Amino acid sequence: MTRPTAIGGPGLPQLPVVVEGTPPLAPALDHPSRIRRETIKQIVRSPTFIVGAVVTLFWVVCAIGGAHITPYDPINDSFTPSYSPPTWAHPFGMDRVGRDVFSRVLAGARSVLEVAPAATLLGVVMGSALGLVMGFFRGWVDNVFGRLVDAVLAVPFIVLAILVLTALSAGSEGINVTSWQLIIVIGIAFTPIVARTVRSAVLAERDLDYVAAARLRDERAPYIMFVEILPNVMGPIIVETTVRLGYAVFAVATLAFVGYGPQPPSPDWGSQIADQYADVTLAWWAVVFPALAIASLVVAINLIADTVQQVLDT
Amino acid sequence: MKYVAQRIALGLVSLLLLSMMVYAAAQVLPGDPGRIVLGREAPPSAVKEFNHKLGFDQPLPERYAKWLEHAVQGDFGANYTDGRPVTDDLVPALKRSLFLAIYAFILCIPVSILAGVIAALRRGKPTDRVITISGLSLAVIPEFVLGALLVTLLGPAGLDWFPGIAGALVGASFWTKLDSLFLPALALALVLFGYIARMARAGTMEALDADFTRTAVLKGMRRRQVLSRHVLRNGLLPTIAVISTQVGYLFGGIVAIEKLFGYPGIGFLTLTSAQIKNFPMLLACVLVLGIVYFVATLSGDLLIAALNPRIRLQGRE
Repeated sequence: MTRPTAIGGPGLPQLPVVVEGTPPLAPALDHPSRIRRETIKQIVRSPTFIVGAVVTLFWVVCAIGGAHITPYDPINDSFTPSYSPPTWAHPFGMDRVGRDVFSRVLAGARSVLEVAPAATLLGVVMGSALGLVMGFFRGWVDNVFGRLVDAVLAVPFIVLAILVLTALSAGSEGINVTSWQLIIVIGIAFTPIVARTVRSAVLAERDLDYVAAARLRDERAPYIMFVEILPNVMGPIIVETTVRLGYAVFAVATLAFVGYGPQPPSPDWGSQIADQYADVTLAWWAVVFPALAIASLVVAINLIADTVQQVLDT
Repeated sequence: MKYVAQRIALGLVSLLLLSMMVYAAAQVLPGDPGRIVLGREAPPSAVKEFNHKLGFDQPLPERYAKWLEHAVQGDFGANYTDGRPVTDDLVPALKRSLFLAIYAFILCIPVSILAGVIAALRRGKPTDRVITISGLSLAVIPEFVLGALLVTLLGPAGLDWFPGIAGALVGASFWTKLDSLFLPALALALVLFGYIARMARAGTMEALDADFTRTAVLKGMRRRQVLSRHVLRNGLLPTIAVISTQVGYLFGGIVAIEKLFGYPGIGFLTLTSAQIKNFPMLLACVLVLGIVYFVATLSGDLLIAALNPRIRLQGRE
């Protein structure tokens, strides 16, 4: 099989090769760009992908629009009685201080979606680089980083994040977390996980002929790693990215819930639940709707991830 | 034996590295422990003396070595806040969390393995799709979100079958504990359900497709016997591995769940000690969670080795 097929992979049907002598009219059927197009088509047409993409897109629009598209002010209370149940004017009801829960849920998309994709990107870039180095060099580099990776993975991610974020707000009183700190901490925490996946993909590649050929040409190690091997492990990296994105949303929401995120009164799903939970018996709507928002976004991203994984892994 | 020794050695190295990283990271935490404990008005000389007494003026590697020497003997130092030994609070909190974790596993394991096996036997049919998609969705939703939704359905905000706040449950009877912890345990169990069912399904499907299953069917064995003797025995092996690695994952979810339900386990303790920046307690919590994970994965690996002679006998060839 020809190796450099980018994200096509062996799963796609190998179509018959053009008969000898006839000049090809279009790019050959197993041309990388063609296989890539076929793969994308296969992903985009899957119903699970469409459902996931529509829901995700909805929250992205909310995140970009922020307070401009909400029917009421999500932050300042409206001096209406607190905890009024859902009505036509306020479909998700009002919270303790008389704010429209619907507006707060819509506006709450922003704090999650400004951190999660950036953190994922950071983790994937650093993790891929680390994984390439570990898989390519093997030996002591692999051993040393491997032990460090194991050590980091031995503690639940949330606990590690709490430890680091607490250390970062050492100087101030209480806990003060900025979006940048969240991005960096989650990104760094994702690095070993991504590195582990990429490393095993690289291990499968490094003994193939095209790598040996590059070595014979006397290419330098960075060239072989990033120009020769990297395009061939893009499949696992893309799958890992979508999976990580879902987990990043999970992490941001959970951290916000335990107090490491936007502080009230700014609208955020996790902190809203923490803030309103004590009165859940009085007003379930102030808790349930932010909870459903988190659930819908996480599930939607994972539906996308699942489709991408199924198409690329087969 | 070689395999066991190797696994334990690797695990210990990981734990040692973890303790170093956590110790170093946590050093930035209290800018000046003496100042924090003695308060803003304390004279600088008193602060200095306090720091000297507790060894904070010594270089980092020295302090780490001293801390480690005590830690391996089960002494994680004293609180900054009141000077009591950290283990006084740590041990009961860990016991509470373990109770909750075991409860969640007991709720979850039979149902999820059964669901996974059923899904595999009905591969591609609606039953399979329902189990797979609900498992996939449940596994990715944060535990506290499921907890909050469960409270509104089954808790005081809805049907009011179970309490929504657990509390410390000091002196509570076993049955009261089960009742109060049902919702938090169920929330954790639902998240685990997805993973375990998924593995059980994949393992069973693989065993169903294997040659030995075909042989068993072709030689006229009864379906029930084929399933119990050949398919499940081989197919559920990877599930055991997943269950053991999920312990670490479960303890991550326990932090948010314990906060939601006000249950003072080790996750709750981690959070409160982080918020008041009680460094020795936080360090001990993180390490104990690391040890729990280490013991769980190790016992999972050993169990698999015991069940699978190919791994057990690897070193003897």
